[in-house]
Amino acid sequence: MKNCLVVDDSKVIRKVARHILESLDLTVSEAVDGQDALNQCEASAPDVVLLDWNMPVMSGMEFLQALAGAKVVARPKIIFCTTENGISHIKAAVDAGADEYVMKPFDRETLESKLSIVGII
Amino acid sequence: MSMDSAGSQQGAARILSGLLEARTGQILSEGRAWRMETALRPVLRAHGLEDMDALTARLVRENDDRLEKAVINALLNNESSFFRDLQMFDMVQRQILPHLHDQRSDHTLRIWSAGCSTGQEAYSLAIQLRNAWSRWNGWRIEILATDISSSAIEQARSGIYSQMDVQRGLAIGDLIKWFEPHGDDWRASPELRRMIDFRQDNLFDAREAHGEYDLLLCRNVLLYFTPARRQAVLKLLGRHSHAGSVLLLGAGETVIGQGDDFIAHPEFRGSYARQTALATHRMGSARRVG
Repeated sequence: MKNCLVVDDSKVIRKVARHILESLDLTVSEAVDGQDALNQCEASAPDVVLLDWNMPVMSGMEFLQALAGAKVVARPKIIFCTTENGISHIKAAVDAGADEYVMKPFDRETLESKLSIVGII
Repeated sequence: MSMDSAGSQQGAARILSGLLEARTGQILSEGRAWRMETALRPVLRAHGLEDMDALTARLVRENDDRLEKAVINALLNNESSFFRDLQMFDMVQRQILPHLHDQRSDHTLRIWSAGCSTGQEAYSLAIQLRNAWSRWNGWRIEILATDISSSAIEQARSGIYSQMDVQRGLAIGDLIKWFEPHGDDWRASPELRRMIDFRQDNLFDAREAHGEYDLLLCRNVLLYFTPARRQAVLKLLGRHSHAGSVLLLGAGETVIGQGDDFIAHPEFRGSYARQTALATHRMGSARRVG
């Protein structure tokens, strides 16, 4: 079973994402900010990270930059999942190495589609 | 709802199903029939009608083409998404398009998306071609996309899709490259829109398809028809195919038991070739262009 790390400071978003991801046969772990996510990526190796943009301590973009220099066994696929829906944000995320981008609000079909595009399901 | 009222609504549902079948050939499965009133709610509201009973009464009493068209458009299932069935589109990109490229020495490629709904299938093909433009540059490429729903064709032609629509199947790289923000929505780029000729057309009285096509897609369309009508559609697609054409149907659809116009394609799993074409398939083929 593949593992998805959900990184979001909102408990509600993490809960909704977990519900959808588990229904897609993925195991789910959670992180509350970028630093927490980085620590978890170094400790275990998630297959995919669902990443919020704006978070306290370490933002999604800062996490992406830190991940590039981190000691991880394998780089996970990164799917940004954010309310930052402008094209400049989308381009910045893709330039920084995001594999996919989900604009909130999202539903099951959207997440399923994006996970399929990055080859997770 | 009283029993009389329920019976009356069932009668209205039967009349409206009959109208849909008469105009489009589509039969409402039970799964879609119960959603009829929900689908028709915007039409009822727009025409100040209380319920389906009042709607059928007006349709029977008055010869209102606009109302009839609105009812048909509302009852048709226009569900679609970009790159619907990723595996199939992967096969189109990796195998079928390169095969057609090698086959067409006249440097023309003709594609027909029959039953294109709101256009995502045709745009997905245009994106695949554009992403490999170095291969197709200089070719004459025609993409005809037809659907019986005038409202679906209108949306397809506009190229405008909601945020939810573009997130279903469209890779973010393709969104950035081939779409531009349009208020809260997204619009296909002029390059993509120019590639596709969207036309309203009825598969049982097809007037917009001319000549033969190299790639024909008729996906998730046959399942709404009776066996006799499925055969009629396959016969039509056969008439617009040549020896090297490839036909793609929906994942749950097949040509087996639907006449003898097509058989399983010998090379591309899940696709179909014209029955009489196999002998000449590998030798290349001539094609009539309409």
